[in-house]
Amino acid sequence: MSSPPTPVEEPISRSQGSQSPVIVFEDVSVAFEGRQVLNGISFHLPRGETKAIFGVAGSGKSTILKLAIGLLKPDAGRIYLLGEEITQKPEEELFELRSKVGIVFQESALFDSLTVRENVAFRLMEKHDLSEEEIEARVREALSFVELENTIDMFPSELSGGMRRRVAIARAIITQPEVLLYDSPTGGLDPITSTTIVELIVKQRDVYKTSSLLVTHRLQDAFIMATHYFDRKANKMRPLPPGEHGEVPMSFLILRDGKVILDGDAAELAHSKDEYIREFIS
Amino acid sequence: MELTSPTEFARETVQSVQDYSVLAARAIAGLFRRPRYFADIVYQADLIGFGSLPIVVLTGLFTGAVLALNSAHTLQRFGSLSLIGQLVSVGMVTELGPVLTGLMVAGRNSSGMASELGSMVVTEQIDAMRALGTDPMKKLVTPRVVSTVFMLFFLTIISDLLGLIGGAVVSTVIFGMDLHQFWSSAWQSLVFQDVFTGLTKPLLFGFIIATVGCYYGLSARGGTQGVGRATTQAVVAASVFILLVDFFATKFLMAIFGYR
Repeated sequence: MSSPPTPVEEPISRSQGSQSPVIVFEDVSVAFEGRQVLNGISFHLPRGETKAIFGVAGSGKSTILKLAIGLLKPDAGRIYLLGEEITQKPEEELFELRSKVGIVFQESALFDSLTVRENVAFRLMEKHDLSEEEIEARVREALSFVELENTIDMFPSELSGGMRRRVAIARAIITQPEVLLYDSPTGGLDPITSTTIVELIVKQRDVYKTSSLLVTHRLQDAFIMATHYFDRKANKMRPLPPGEHGEVPMSFLILRDGKVILDGDAAELAHSKDEYIREFIS
Repeated sequence: MELTSPTEFARETVQSVQDYSVLAARAIAGLFRRPRYFADIVYQADLIGFGSLPIVVLTGLFTGAVLALNSAHTLQRFGSLSLIGQLVSVGMVTELGPVLTGLMVAGRNSSGMASELGSMVVTEQIDAMRALGTDPMKKLVTPRVVSTVFMLFFLTIISDLLGLIGGAVVSTVIFGMDLHQFWSSAWQSLVFQDVFTGLTKPLLFGFIIATVGCYYGLSARGGTQGVGRATTQAVVAASVFILLVDFFATKFLMAIFGYR
């Protein structure tokens, strides 16, 4: 897929220029306490693309994200992350690979005993190879991306739900990871805050060309992402010109009863004749 | 209450023992692998060590005092009140000091660790830490184990000393014994084996307190109720382990030294 139609500047190049998929699921199955959650699902996430995952509650959407970075192990099948098979990799060997991935959890999962500064800087502080001044500059840059610089000395408990979600995004992007995983980033938020978060995700997709998996219940969020691009000059999200939908790197994956019933772009989703999908998008 | 089949119970027990062993082994292995979290170790040492000081001081002081009080009546009947220093010192240094300090610290810190880590589990903070490329075993468990082992050793020494002071106060103030005689008797009766036994136990107990607290915390499931359950289980399990290990460690050390 091509870039958004009016990029003002050249996108930031990724460390690996290859077009190989960043995430691959091959016939992956997983069950919890005897209940089959995922039953032989396969899909891949091409580099630079954002894939929105839909499904009813309990359909295994969040499980896919956790499987993708090895937080959970599948019962069967194979998973590749950035070209490496992670299915049987021991935990100790996954930490290095995970440092190239950012994740925004459903409930933000900010460390409640740390300030916003310490939360966002967590990854950099763990590396022990940056000076305090450099870390401070990177933290402020990440927080200005989510427009929350003024919260730097606050604790997560002092922030609203939407602000926590944005801090979690800042924490995820501070090292400019190659892949971003969003678990219901707009869940439970008001429409205005949701739009702000969607705009940040679009900005990350179009400006930094980050590959992403996005779990969401809100179809309208994914449609906004599929029909808008980020204008760097105006520093805001704009609708794509008529007739150019499908020009942004955005796809959809729908789960039902542990299986993938659709994996395609907005046009394929809109023209699907599957009754369940028709009902889902209506 | 849900009934569990014997097979399921056995499977769960074996699984728990295996998980605990893996956690304990990884906590030790974390000592020898980078990165090392010295700042976290110091922070935990302050929290566990200095934070536990008031309860340890009170426990030591009153245990020594009540030990002297109870023993004095019996010893008086046989005209052996002079042996009270010996009884208090051997009792405190080999047994009561380490065990009671261990139990008090377990009550305070195993529960604290279980609730803190349990809360982190149910709010996905542990998953977030793993996803951010940090090993929770190294970052959270190893510093707690190191700090508890290190601080319990010194807390036990403080408790022993205060137990002797408590015994001395009771012996002199209530029973009119000469203070110098009490200290001479207490000091001279202690042999290397007593001190070695008394100072080996806190190392074992410290390891138990931290690993059990962290194990139950990291195993917490089921929201706030699960965290509460993990906290209670941590204190009970750590206390029972301390008493069990105390018996076997005493027996083992006696066999090594070949005395009594």
